[in-house]
Amino acid sequence: MTEPVPASPAPIEALRDKGPDKPPRSKWKDVWAQFRKHKGAMIGAFFLIFITLGVLVGPYLWTLDPQALDIRAKDMRPIYTALWDSTAKVSWAHPLGSDQLGRDNLSQLIAGGRASMAVGWAAMILSLVIGAGIGVLAGYFKKLDGPLMRLTDLFLSLPILPLLLVAVTLFRQPLRANFGPEGGMFILIVTVVGITSWMPTARIVRGDVLALKEREFVLAARSIGTKPFQIIKRHLLPNVLSPIMVSATLGLATAIITESALSFLGVGFPSDFPTWGKMLADAVARMEDFPERVILPGIAISLTVLGVNYLGDGLRDALDPRIRGR
Amino acid sequence: MLTYAIRRLVLSIPTLLFISFVIFMLLQLAPGDPMAQVPLTVPPEVKQKMREALGVGEPALVQYWKWLVQVFWTEPKIFIDWLTRDSFLLGWLPDTHLYQGELRVISWQTRSPVMDIVLQRIPQTLWVVGLSYVVGVLIALPIGIYSAYRQYSVFDQAGTFITMVGFSIPPFFTGPLLIVIFSVYLGWFPSIYDTTHVVNDWESFKFQLMQMIMPVMVLALQTTAQLSRYMRASMLDNLNQDYVRTARAKGLSEAVVVMIHVLRNSMIPVITVIALGVPAIFGGAIITENVFKVNGIGQLLITALFANDLPMVMTLTFIFAVLIVMFNLIADILYGLLDPRIRYD
Repeated sequence: MTEPVPASPAPIEALRDKGPDKPPRSKWKDVWAQFRKHKGAMIGAFFLIFITLGVLVGPYLWTLDPQALDIRAKDMRPIYTALWDSTAKVSWAHPLGSDQLGRDNLSQLIAGGRASMAVGWAAMILSLVIGAGIGVLAGYFKKLDGPLMRLTDLFLSLPILPLLLVAVTLFRQPLRANFGPEGGMFILIVTVVGITSWMPTARIVRGDVLALKEREFVLAARSIGTKPFQIIKRHLLPNVLSPIMVSATLGLATAIITESALSFLGVGFPSDFPTWGKMLADAVARMEDFPERVILPGIAISLTVLGVNYLGDGLRDALDPRIRGR
Repeated sequence: MLTYAIRRLVLSIPTLLFISFVIFMLLQLAPGDPMAQVPLTVPPEVKQKMREALGVGEPALVQYWKWLVQVFWTEPKIFIDWLTRDSFLLGWLPDTHLYQGELRVISWQTRSPVMDIVLQRIPQTLWVVGLSYVVGVLIALPIGIYSAYRQYSVFDQAGTFITMVGFSIPPFFTGPLLIVIFSVYLGWFPSIYDTTHVVNDWESFKFQLMQMIMPVMVLALQTTAQLSRYMRASMLDNLNQDYVRTARAKGLSEAVVVMIHVLRNSMIPVITVIALGVPAIFGGAIITENVFKVNGIGQLLITALFANDLPMVMTLTFIFAVLIVMFNLIADILYGLLDPRIRYD
């Protein structure tokens, strides 16, 4: 009788795994660790969250109606002007002053931020959806690649700002008639910014998808009979998430600036609906006497865009595996 | 390379035709009527005749065809006539007399040929916008080179921050801000760009310089911010390459290594970015020209849009599209010429 062979032989002591030294780290933990090292990006992210929360919650904390006229309290200066000018017309009722019709500047800033951020986020999401969709389709389906990329080239060679202006002046009336003055303008600006800014995303995503679809895991997925759209959904999209996120931040910044530029040129939202760009444009005529009315919305736009840009910079570094962990 | 350039050039013709068609059809949807300013006492049949005189009565496709003929056939003839008659370069040639009084693209605002107005506006735009681009490039390149060479130094940190700020502040904020500071409080520069100003002596030259500083600086800030980021990234890519170590090991001086070996290689992508930015500056100058009241092309487009002057809008937008397509082509060809590793054929 021979000894029964044990089901699994006892491992040689030297070759035995002692178990992993460190608990395995997920990719997103690494990304977060790298992201936290980028000081500017952290500040930018906090500022963006602060502004977003501020414009969301602000109207409940500062309940003054931004469109309420109070002609007796017109042309108030911000409270801090009292520091160097004791004769300035200031009041705690209007901490940032009021405009030439007595509308409160602080509540206007909050309402304007709401409009600007809403337009920014919506236009960014629209352009991401179009860009990622076209990029993935062009990268994955060889037949669509040529036509879709020619389309992208065509859009890239359109003069964007003139076309934006043309489109806004053309479609303002019908959309206003259908969706009301504010709603129509919102839809128009979001659509117009969205369909004129998806091209960079589409190009980047297409390049990444072209490289990804030759990899073994896609081949494996195809060999077990996965349908193309399942492959795109389950295997390709999660892998192109990082370039999409980076272009999302860029898209948010451009959308906010474009909306403000349109408002500045006088083709944006209707005149009684405050946005940052419109406040700035309205105040330019009297900026010698009331510089704060130009500076406050200007700083709001600039800081938001700066925060978003820094966030994008940090995300790019954090999501790039060549930089991460160095 | 030559075949590639020719192929791209030929391909750009259908692209431009398609773009012009899209813009034309978009403008056909415009709600305005060129006869809106005409008094109500004018009888409708006269109005109809006026409309036909402006070329509006016909179907859209016929209008488009006429516009094409006017822009691609009549206007070049006038240009050649001008070249052989008045221009300095080719004035010695006999006058060609190609233009026989055909209809040109007429602006609805002024009833004068669109191209004449555009030619009147181009010098202002070129002076302000072109100069700002040159200034921006000249500032951006040294900043980019030095901050890449001393990565993470104080200069680099400050430079990155300033370019980030310049990248984020829109021109419609920097413009009014500069006006408040420098023309209202300090009174150094005029706030409005006087285009009728003639430079004929030292005093007037100084005035011209003063009025150009602010718009040029606003535009140059944007250019500088974008370009120095590209320059820095491109230098950083090259500074870690093996050939740099080889060059240093051969005993070349730092100046030669950085300014000749690294710089020439990092300039390749930057030059294409510079070429790509030229048409964008024309579009982006719309806001700056508006802020400083420079009556250049951008302001012409805005006023034409608000006045519902469709032929003007159409022609200007098409000129912008031509610029973009041309400079895309130039950028691609430059990329191939400068970098022998790139083969298009």
